[in-house]
Amino acid sequence: MDWLFGPFLEFGFMRRALVGCLALAVAAPLLGVFLMLRRTSLTAEVLAHGVTPGIAAGFLIAGLSVPAMSLGGLIAGLAVAVGAGALSRATGGREDAALTALYLIALALGVTLVSLRGDTSDLTHLLFGQVLGVDDPALLLMAGVATLTLPVLALAWRPLALECFDPGFAAAEGVRGGLWHGLFLVLVVLNVLAAFQAMGTLMAVGLMMLPAVAARHWGRELSGMAYAAVGLAMLSALFGLLASYHLDLPSGPAIVLTAGVAWAVSVVFGPVDGLLARWVRRPHLAG
Amino acid sequence: MMRAMAEKPVARRGPAVELANLTATHQRHPAVHHVSARFAAGSLAAIVGPNGAGKTTLLRAIAGLHRVDEGRVTLTGQKPRVALLPQQSGMDRAFPILCLDVVLQGMWSRLGAFRGTSAADRDRAQQALEAVGLGGFAKRPVGAMSAGQFQRLLFARLLVQDADLILLDEPFNAVDARTAADLLAVLRRWHGEGRTVLAVLHDLDLVQREFPDCLLLAREAIACGPTAEVLSAANRLRARMMAEAWDEIAPACAA
Repeated sequence: MDWLFGPFLEFGFMRRALVGCLALAVAAPLLGVFLMLRRTSLTAEVLAHGVTPGIAAGFLIAGLSVPAMSLGGLIAGLAVAVGAGALSRATGGREDAALTALYLIALALGVTLVSLRGDTSDLTHLLFGQVLGVDDPALLLMAGVATLTLPVLALAWRPLALECFDPGFAAAEGVRGGLWHGLFLVLVVLNVLAAFQAMGTLMAVGLMMLPAVAARHWGRELSGMAYAAVGLAMLSALFGLLASYHLDLPSGPAIVLTAGVAWAVSVVFGPVDGLLARWVRRPHLAG
Repeated sequence: MMRAMAEKPVARRGPAVELANLTATHQRHPAVHHVSARFAAGSLAAIVGPNGAGKTTLLRAIAGLHRVDEGRVTLTGQKPRVALLPQQSGMDRAFPILCLDVVLQGMWSRLGAFRGTSAADRDRAQQALEAVGLGGFAKRPVGAMSAGQFQRLLFARLLVQDADLILLDEPFNAVDARTAADLLAVLRRWHGEGRTVLAVLHDLDLVQREFPDCLLLAREAIACGPTAEVLSAANRLRARMMAEAWDEIAPACAA
């Protein structure tokens, strides 16, 4: 059992990374479930890449300082969220092409900014994350964001679900869909920011989206999917960090790959629309 | 006789709906053009007309969901509650939600975003499901339902909404004869309870059989009143003459 507990007993940075990633895993996948159900999974990717230039600008000005980089990322992320919303309205809802353009530009700008001053290790850190980078301010950010996300999401849960299921009815009943959606996007930006220290901006969305997509195969109802997503995300965080430690992999890709394995297992073995259930023909029921 | 009258519960009256010179547009082209009509309180009325006649736009304008460019919609009474059953297009039928929860959405005006449901609320939702013939469906996900069952489910939600004015946009589309008959029974029940019911329909035989009042719409109001008079051969011919395409170079309307 030493491979399981050893790294965390022995090293403080592994403990901090684990606590931080578990905090992310409790909150972010819930946002992912809603993003998936709204068919706006791409939005999370856009926001994650959209924060990159802001983080890079923070890095340029203040070096590897969590408050400076987070503030820069927050400003850039909110700007992209507002811009994406405006683009979506201006293009009549067909936003995917415009959003793709937006995130490619943001990513290129971020990488360029970091290259201006930093070296390759800074760039790798920014893009793929670094468990060693989870210092106290980063840990506080991750835990704080999770602490904020859960109660706000609990309040927004019913309007978000209704808006998603039947926007016409929500509008007729006077649900302020735009307001709740805006609040929701702010939460997504915050979670992406919190994730980037350990996971990097390229991988920040992994812990948000992969468990959510996998959860579709475990629950027929929104709440069941939410529990499944959080459970899968926590397992992915734990085993991803262990893989990162034992195999000497960058932590972001290791966690996302683990979440990817969880997704693949869900697609095959999940009780809802799983492949196995389709392959194994059982006799049909009497009625 | 007198006793029977006394025992009968006091009918709650839906609002009268008054359309005064109503115009509603899509990109400035009128979908509903200078329509004046009146539906009495508690009436059961059909809105008929060719495709593109502005029926859906009119319903949405009455519900306050489409901007009125000119004229007015007036509902009588103290803040009447309005419910609209749209055509199904905008809904996500793959959404992971159980039937009972969909019906409970009908209580939104009372429960809002935060308040919990009581056992009595859930009982009422269950009764609504039974009233539309979906008694055993409470714990089923909506994704597993057929089009007809889904329409029954939306009627159950309308039942729970308990609205004074009920607007239905092609409620019997894509449902079989038995479902249509069941849903029609729900309409009659609402009518009996004194609610005002306006339904967009295409089946003129059904309208003549079941709906005392009727508005024939072809962007403009061709006729409004008792169904037999409204659906005269002459009026129906006039409605068919409506040009469906709008005039690209139409000048501003002076009327």
